[in-house]
Amino acid sequence: MSDSTSPPRSVAVLVPAGMLGAGFDPVTVERGLRLGADVIAIDAGSTDSGPHYLGAAEPKTADGAVRRDLRILLHAAHEGGIPLIVGSCGTSGTDSGVQRVSGIVREICAQDGLRLAVSEIYSEQSPADLIARLDAGRIQPLAPLGPLDAATIGRCSHIVGMMGHEPIAHAIAAGAQVVLAGRATDTALAAAVPLMRGMPAGPTWHAAKVVECGGQCTTNPRAGGVLARIDEDGFTIEPLDPEAECTPTSVAAHMLYETANPFTMREPAGTLQVGDARYTAVDHRTVRVQGSRFEPADQHTIKLEGSAVTGYETMSFVGIRDPRILASIDEWAALLRKLLAERVESTLGLAESAWQADLRLYGHNAILDELERETTAPREVGVMLLVSASTQELATAISKVANPLLLHLPLPDMAYLPSLAFAFSPAHIDRGASYEFVLNHVVEVDDPLELFHIDIDLPEAS
Amino acid sequence: MTEPTLADLALEIRAKNAGPFWMTMEAFMADDAGYRAAEQLITADTVAALYHVDAEDLQIFRLPELRVVKVSVPRPLPQGSLRDRDMHAGQHHVPLASLRVPEGGQ
Repeated sequence: MSDSTSPPRSVAVLVPAGMLGAGFDPVTVERGLRLGADVIAIDAGSTDSGPHYLGAAEPKTADGAVRRDLRILLHAAHEGGIPLIVGSCGTSGTDSGVQRVSGIVREICAQDGLRLAVSEIYSEQSPADLIARLDAGRIQPLAPLGPLDAATIGRCSHIVGMMGHEPIAHAIAAGAQVVLAGRATDTALAAAVPLMRGMPAGPTWHAAKVVECGGQCTTNPRAGGVLARIDEDGFTIEPLDPEAECTPTSVAAHMLYETANPFTMREPAGTLQVGDARYTAVDHRTVRVQGSRFEPADQHTIKLEGSAVTGYETMSFVGIRDPRILASIDEWAALLRKLLAERVESTLGLAESAWQADLRLYGHNAILDELERETTAPREVGVMLLVSASTQELATAISKVANPLLLHLPLPDMAYLPSLAFAFSPAHIDRGASYEFVLNHVVEVDDPLELFHIDIDLPEAS
Repeated sequence: MTEPTLADLALEIRAKNAGPFWMTMEAFMADDAGYRAAEQLITADTVAALYHVDAEDLQIFRLPELRVVKVSVPRPLPQGSLRDRDMHAGQHHVPLASLRVPEGGQ
């Protein structure tokens, strides 16, 4: 233990799980505190579950699951006198997502008598401000998207900027013990406190990347979280569950996970380079990593995420077991598409260009579609018809026109009308608005804080 | 005897989104011979043909210490768009995993 006057020689980050609300054994958090955790960091979001959560500003996790995990972590932060950092609150990091998690935190603190200074960091961006920055030439595309235009910004129902560690560090320096961040890079949460306390950037960002999914970097990802201890020369990492193990392979392999490039990773402030990193076993369950480097960028950038409504959808589902149809399932599907377009035009007066449909043959080639290489005939097929139109009423009406075709469409050479197997009644389900990610761009900023709004609520001195 | 697939020589072959616009796949090979087979088999042209992308748009990384070949390609469709049938791209390893390893390639 270092005394309070000299800078610490190491900073330990406890990551209890890969996702707030995923659950973890409270014993593993207690163990992390005993091992000397200096901060608890946990991610609450991702784009991985699709554009709906940002577009609709709706969390993927149940409030009850978030409340359960937060209660354990707030008590741990209180007991250990250490910060708790939650990132990408509400799944997508929208302002309402931050407020929702903040509401749960305040409720728990009030119920359990915890006095903790809470900070909310908002990351939602205003279209007008972004259009001004676009006009000033300060928004650049990331591959594979091209240059941005103002209309695309205008189409988004919500846009968030992905913060680095700086706004989080700012809130903690100002006295916050609990930081509830909007959209943040997964790594910023774990990197903020070690960087504030003078740990070197290379090992800090590398450790932050390795811990971002909790136990994913261990030999048993379901066993719970990890503790990473960063020092002047590298970092060591071990699982919080005594039964789980980190091995040089499990730790090195985590750089591959969900990253396009396993050797470099761009953060708002620069780029982590792990090509020369060395992974060695300290014992059978602890790994030491050295040789990671961080190259500061000439230009600080904030990545944008935006989700826009593409239409309104209705889904229908019917099953086919008749071998005669299954033997010619592609022909059947092509006929259905053709007849549906004709029926929609003749009954609803809608040209094919006014709506879209995706016909998926589950059991045949739904998942890989044109990438599918198997050609064996399926035993049964689930036919999903996904209709998208400019309003829900239209999507529903098109699906109702499709209904008799989905029920009775024969092959051209069949002399009878088959009746196919609807899975439920009604055979269609309205899905409401559907969304698409439309931004993959960065904003060049002069100040790492300028796109973010930080609120801090310090409890009155007792 | 039919030729083995890449999956037969691997501990795991997986695919996942790398953000909404990219997907990335890893072949964790079981031993050095399997790694050499994967290294030879997984070329830009092969991946381009399997995934209907341009060879110059994809990235292949070789990590012999981990016996891993990693491939990143632009997502065939943006994640969650109307015709995207694999939200996490988690089933898109199958064309790669099903590659046949030619005789003498192991």
